[in-house]
Amino acid sequence: MSSRTSPPEERSENPATPPQGSPNRAPRGFRTNTKYGRGLRPLSIATIAALPLALALVFFYAPIEAEEGFLQKIFYLHVPLAIVTLCGFVIGGLLAIVHLRTRDRQWDLRSYVAIHMSLIFGVATLITGSIWARGSWGHWWVWSEPTLVSFLIVMLLYATYQPLRFAIEDPERQARYASVFAIVAGAFVPLNFLAVRLSTEYLHPRVLGSSSNLPAPMAFTFLVSLVAMSLLFATLCSYELMAKRTRMLLKARSRTLGFR
Amino acid sequence: MRRTVGALLRKELLVELRTLESVPGMSLFAVTTFVVFHFALNQNTVSGDEAAGILWVTLLFAAMLGVNRLFVADQDQGGFDAFLLAPVDRTAMLLAKAIALLAYLAVLELIAVPAFGLLLLAPPLSQTMPDLLVVLVLADIGIAAIGTLVAALAVQTRARDLLGPLLALPLLVPVVIGAARASSPLLVLTHSSGPQGRWLATLALYDLVFGLIAYAVFDFLLED
Repeated sequence: MSSRTSPPEERSENPATPPQGSPNRAPRGFRTNTKYGRGLRPLSIATIAALPLALALVFFYAPIEAEEGFLQKIFYLHVPLAIVTLCGFVIGGLLAIVHLRTRDRQWDLRSYVAIHMSLIFGVATLITGSIWARGSWGHWWVWSEPTLVSFLIVMLLYATYQPLRFAIEDPERQARYASVFAIVAGAFVPLNFLAVRLSTEYLHPRVLGSSSNLPAPMAFTFLVSLVAMSLLFATLCSYELMAKRTRMLLKARSRTLGFR
Repeated sequence: MRRTVGALLRKELLVELRTLESVPGMSLFAVTTFVVFHFALNQNTVSGDEAAGILWVTLLFAAMLGVNRLFVADQDQGGFDAFLLAPVDRTAMLLAKAIALLAYLAVLELIAVPAFGLLLLAPPLSQTMPDLLVVLVLADIGIAAIGTLVAALAVQTRARDLLGPLLALPLLVPVVIGAARASSPLLVLTHSSGPQGRWLATLALYDLVFGLIAYAVFDFLLED
């Protein structure tokens, strides 16, 4: 279990085998580290401001929907979560492309963090979606709803990302294979939605794609929630990245200083 | 390029002919699964959606057996190293393996589909065969492309037998959707219409896209 939680980049930072450009390696590491740290404060403040604002708008500003009543408010949580999750998966794939092109392991770490965070957001999406389905259709799970089904398939695929990744020992190969997976899975996301959408009759009354005909206050609330959720995603990703960088740096330092 | 693929494919088929590791196992598994379905569903004959579902689940799981074995010999006996030493395009490996897997699937279906007609299917197989053949070919191309890619990904991992199917099944869900929906109107008693064009188009599009993706990323799986 401990090998699973260890960040993928960690083992590469062994000062005993420095890669090219090693003379200024340590200071460069510090610079990148402070760069993460610098962006973090405004990002965190923006998130802390945006999330309560979004929730306040959801509960006090957005009108109660005529058909579904109060339950419809979960829409402002569920749909932004789903959009951010899927975008996170696709971004993970794009970052993996950059990794394979540049061979800079930083990009693999970013891709890993994006997919890891998307998985967590994805679980939240499935839970909120299930609650919504129970409330409005009376069932926890509905097969006739293509977005829900495709989302589950995507989650099942991405659930194998970490088992695949941590079943490969060599760190360089681990990064390469994880990137290949991230690219394939990233391309799978839209295709799968297409196939599942085709396979079910479109019976869903509202949601995704129909946000254009939402009344203005609802559309505004939805947009603010989407922005808040994206900010939350970005902040959590930056925190995870910085934590991994810092832990790596500490290990490298303690190794050079001879601590064990 | 063509000569390399030819040589690799020849080696692949020769190894399979001499060891008989994949194809007999896959075929036997498929036939046994039909028997299991007979008892599990407690039905003597099936048709329509049910028949399409049983056929495709069986073919898919039988294909997984072949996918799991696809690169094992190369990994265990240094086939990868020998291939990487040769000054040839690495895509040749992908093409040869995918064609070999396609051939395995063809042989599997040559046995499994008649066995399905004999054991479980209610309508006679002869009338549906020409249409069903189109669906089988399109689905097989998709399974071969994704199967080869996933096999190459999984073979380097510790739990390769476990990860192969885990990775492949979600990726193949769209193929199953397309293939099952396209073949279910062919497997009813009064079979009147051919497969719906949109399912064939979905399958073809999926084959094309994943063929291109496999072609694009396969090189990165073979570097060390």
